Amino acid sequence: MGRVRPLVALAWLAPALALILGVVLFPAVMLFQASRSEYSITGLRKGAAGWRNYTNVLEHPDLGTVLTNTLVWVVAVVALTIVISLGLAQFLVKSFPGRRFVRWAIIVPWAASLVITAQLFVLLYDYNYGLINHALKSLGIIDTSIDFLGNDSWTMASMVLVGVFVSLPFTIFVFIAGLNAIPDDVQEAAVVDGASPWQRWRQVTLPLLRPALLVATVLNVIYVFNSFPIVYTLNDRNPGYLHDTTITFMYKLAFKSQEKDVGMSAAAGVINVLLILLVVAVYLKIVNWREETK
Amino acid sequence: MTSPATGSRRRWVLSAAGMLLAFAFLAPYVVMVLGSLRSSSDNKATPPSFLPQVWQWSTYSDVLGDERFRSWLGTSLLVAFASTVVVMLVSVPAAYMTARYRFPGRTPFLLLVLVTQMFSPTALVVGLYREFFELNLINTYGALILTNAAFNLAFAVWILHGFFSSIPTEVEEAALLDGVTRWQSLRKIMLPLTLPGLVTATIFTFIAAWNEYVVALTLMIDDSKKPLTVGFRSYVTGYEQNWDQLFAASVIAVVPVVILFAVIEKHLVGGLTAGSVK
Repeated sequence: MGRVRPLVALAWLAPALALILGVVLFPAVMLFQASRSEYSITGLRKGAAGWRNYTNVLEHPDLGTVLTNTLVWVVAVVALTIVISLGLAQFLVKSFPGRRFVRWAIIVPWAASLVITAQLFVLLYDYNYGLINHALKSLGIIDTSIDFLGNDSWTMASMVLVGVFVSLPFTIFVFIAGLNAIPDDVQEAAVVDGASPWQRWRQVTLPLLRPALLVATVLNVIYVFNSFPIVYTLNDRNPGYLHDTTITFMYKLAFKSQEKDVGMSAAAGVINVLLILLVVAVYLKIVNWREETK
Repeated sequence: MTSPATGSRRRWVLSAAGMLLAFAFLAPYVVMVLGSLRSSSDNKATPPSFLPQVWQWSTYSDVLGDERFRSWLGTSLLVAFASTVVVMLVSVPAAYMTARYRFPGRTPFLLLVLVTQMFSPTALVVGLYREFFELNLINTYGALILTNAAFNLAFAVWILHGFFSSIPTEVEEAALLDGVTRWQSLRKIMLPLTLPGLVTATIFTFIAAWNEYVVALTLMIDDSKKPLTVGFRSYVTGYEQNWDQLFAASVIAVVPVVILFAVIEKHLVGGLTAGSVK
């Protein structure tokens, strides 16, 4: 690898740096500034607010619910996604006629816009016209329709199902890549040693899949935490913050609530950013990042 | 060892299971396509039927003829194309420099890129809104294009960095000795050799910008400036419920993207996990 004068290198990186500074780092600064300001309902800055926006967020009556929702949402979606993907990836590395088609079909929820998939599930879940209720009733599993999106005890589960559905493709493909990287002779040696299929999986495959598992888990935690369209769309008709995560809570504070409180929303945003940075730091530690660029 | 006969039977059992799995993933989208081909009242029939009562193909021409839909589609196309152009212009030199040369600040730059990849614009949306509000850029295509470009830059840099690194340095060294400039070497030698990487980065950025929702929802308040992902929902509101049109618009938004995505499938995992899953 050659060497180059720092100024020449800077010239080649300058456009990328400008974009990152202007549209990623500068908005982060603006976010912090906004979190320390007071705004009118029309969005004009009225003056400094000190840390008041932060105490308002921390004292918000719905904060406990929102935090619990966020935890349930992230843990449930990520855990289910990882477990199901492990099984499906194991299946999809076997060779059988039509495998290409199956892998192609799995891509669809990944490629489609999340808001379109979410809106599609609004009708699928519908109390009167939804095919899911219809199918469950035809199969005799339930007698009367379930209000998946309106009944408070079902809303989170309904959102988690969609969250898992759209997270599966990426995770399955990460595991397929991980499984393909395991050399065949390792498995063959275990067969020669007389290991049962379960022992082989538990003691050979799973340990070798560890890097893929860690990466998939942390990236999914980041994606699911950041996820906006599913919670926002499926929960659209419900008033208040009963089923919101910290991300949709933040959005609604500024743009959808009666107060339209930009400052408070910004404070919630700063807290979200700090949480994500924490997870990113864990991720960088896990992938041992420095080694990768050598 | 299994006999050939049971081996092939096993393969067909796997095949059948595979088809079932494919169906599970496709089913909601099949409902979407079928929903676009039945009337709006058929979409709200009780009990619902799986197949349309009447196959109504005219919804597509209705939607394509709809002034509002055309402006949403136009915005989506413009924003996705322009974001992709910006990303490629910005990421190619950066990826080439970091893949080929050592210089102070190289590692911090790559770290910065990786961190932006982890950040969706969602968490920063209030900051983005404040910035564009102060700059008087609310409701402008430029704001949306720059945001999409900035947050998709990382994937392009990573994937291209990997492709550039994989080309042996000897290929370039000979040319550089002959007095070819770095810029010429990038254009004439490296870019043609890394075409799959360029295609992957281009398609991925295009799709990400095409599918983007939260920034567009926040910045594009004017109905005529909305992209498809924000606009299509106004087919079903408290006042009018045109599910057939909503689904036709969805099909038009989803189908091209799925085909493009299948093209780049092979390289996606590497780019998204930044080389940590080999």
